Amino acid sequence: MSLPHDFRDAGKVKALLAAITAAAGPVAARLGRPLQIMEVCGGHTHAIFRFGLNQLLPSSIEFIHGPGCPVCVLPVAAVDQAVSLARQPNVMLASFGDPLRVPGTRGSLLQAKADGAEVRVLYSPFDALALARANPHRQVVFFAIGFDTTMPGTAYSLLTAERAGLTNLSFLCHHIRLMPTLTALLAADDIRLDGFVGPGHVSMVIGSRVYAPIADQYRKPLVIAGFEPVDFLQALYQLVLQLSEGRCAIENAYARVVAPDGNPSALKVIDEAFEPGVDSHWRGLGLVPGSGVRVREPYRHLDAAELLISTPQIKTATEPAYCNAVLTGRIKPHQCPLFRRHCTPEHPVGALMVSSEGACAAYYQYRPEELR
Amino acid sequence: MSRKEQTITLAHGAGGGAMHTLIDEIFLTAFGDGPLLQKEDQARLPLADLLSRGDRLALTTDSFVVSPLEFPGGDIGKLAVCGTLNDLAVGGAMPLYLTAAFIIEEGLPLVLLERLVGSMAEAARRAGVTIVTGDTKVVERGMADKLFINTTGVGVIPAGLSLSIGSARPGDKVLVNGHVGDHGAAVMLAREDLGLVGELASDCAALHGLIQPVLARCSGVRCLRDATRGGLGGVLSEMAGASAVSIQLIESELPFRPQTLALCELLGLEPLFLANEGMAAMVICPEQAEQALALWRGHPLGRHARIIGEVVSPSSPGRLSLLTPYGGERLLEVPYGLQLPRIC
Repeated sequence: MSLPHDFRDAGKVKALLAAITAAAGPVAARLGRPLQIMEVCGGHTHAIFRFGLNQLLPSSIEFIHGPGCPVCVLPVAAVDQAVSLARQPNVMLASFGDPLRVPGTRGSLLQAKADGAEVRVLYSPFDALALARANPHRQVVFFAIGFDTTMPGTAYSLLTAERAGLTNLSFLCHHIRLMPTLTALLAADDIRLDGFVGPGHVSMVIGSRVYAPIADQYRKPLVIAGFEPVDFLQALYQLVLQLSEGRCAIENAYARVVAPDGNPSALKVIDEAFEPGVDSHWRGLGLVPGSGVRVREPYRHLDAAELLISTPQIKTATEPAYCNAVLTGRIKPHQCPLFRRHCTPEHPVGALMVSSEGACAAYYQYRPEELR
Repeated sequence: MSRKEQTITLAHGAGGGAMHTLIDEIFLTAFGDGPLLQKEDQARLPLADLLSRGDRLALTTDSFVVSPLEFPGGDIGKLAVCGTLNDLAVGGAMPLYLTAAFIIEEGLPLVLLERLVGSMAEAARRAGVTIVTGDTKVVERGMADKLFINTTGVGVIPAGLSLSIGSARPGDKVLVNGHVGDHGAAVMLAREDLGLVGELASDCAALHGLIQPVLARCSGVRCLRDATRGGLGGVLSEMAGASAVSIQLIESELPFRPQTLALCELLGLEPLFLANEGMAAMVICPEQAEQALALWRGHPLGRHARIIGEVVSPSSPGRLSLLTPYGGERLLEVPYGLQLPRIC
């Protein structure tokens, strides 16, 4: 069996599209406006455009592209810290691929690399361990970013480094947790959302049960989705069905990957390595209470923040106001006056244009030119 | 020191005995069956032979840098031959001669250089071309990455043949001869820094043997390019722009290897923008598309050839898009710079 093929089956996709169209029409008519669905995760934004689903779904459904693109919400200060560490002599900065292009106040990591800084692209935080072992005379810093999805990898690497007594590896952590971010979004009063397509990878770690307050307290339905077209449309169908029946529940349409309680081993290492509840500033989102994490006290010597000569100030003023409007669904990317004129993947002004998962980059890359 | 342990030193580039030994033992041994053996400062090529083959000289040059130097399906030597020959072949030229210039970082193992030069000679021999002149420089450690090769190719274009990337017209069909992205994916895996393993090999090959029979029989070939850096997506986008047309590909018809797709899924890359080194993209008039396809499929390098899309009316010139199996259409925007692996 070829998994992606089954979940890309054109027959199944067409059947789901028909079912969604039939169910969404009457709800939208009743509301007098299209359904406002937020796909939380940048991977879903990417999938919607990549598979051309946006053109196939009815006008009764409108997507609000959510904040779940970790590269997009990375604050300028975090990039500045990474760049300043990378420029320190004897430091080897390791990072996931797409943060390299994010502009900071003193350039991006790619620019630092061009200027002679040692910047390595890794696919997994575990590779940082190997890199540190292979370069015992260099200080390896792993630029650890991402939502709950990438946190276990960082946590496990950090705990392994501690156990192995590796003294030349540290972690610059700018992890962001999904639940506080969603809660903050829902608490804002200018958000008009009918429901959520829940993230697949984050939920694989944190499980489906944790979303309960979204249904119980905020009265919004959420259905967890995978990233293949059939996965995504199945979740969307369940979501529309809930709206049409006037229900709001947490449902899991990605049960082959997501368990109700998530991944206990992953949660355990996260808890061991990180202290939650840190108020953090994010690009486009501003201050999100309790969304950040800090390396726990016993491992503080592995926190690369300790290596920073002077901590750059958090600067949120450099971010164009429009990014926040896009991230919170108040405008669509192409409605931003900077879009395609001043802000392009070549010269991104805001981070939403940087990562391929960013809503603006996805619009730029995939939208037909009627939006140009 | 045994030969196995010998490395290139600055002495090998200093113009003295060490350099002459290197040239004699490695380069002339591998390439020496033509003008090179005469050790003149220039190759002397008989004009009458060139004139008998066509009415225009085709000249192209390319520099090759790749890490690692050897990868499944090829190495920098084979690449330096095939890459330049393909640039001649897609202009309709019969490739005849190559020059080869080497910039070597000191410390390169002699046996490795010997192997790479041997691979170059083998690729040239198989392609029926002669390496007629060359140059060697050795630079200090850190001034180059092990080995850089530049090759220049000389070929002759038969009278009456005129291919251009600006010639695509609405209704024309788009053909490719093999799997998309093989070279880029194989080299990415071979680099090992991603910690991934797979069974992909570069498609590195000289294409003139595949191309010339089609050009000889099908007068309706409009544009021909080899999809190297920037991949198939890059080259088709260029064609669409230069011809002021749109090109629409059919996703289900694109020849992808499952391994390449899996790698791209994992890393969040678009396979259409991965490099190939043995892929020709051809735009041909619709009446001759099937004939060209059959010719390609009968050639070892064209067994996986497909008609992958067509040129459509130029409502928005330069547009390259993909028809998904679900009936949607996706715009393919050529990435600005490097494709970077996605976080999760």
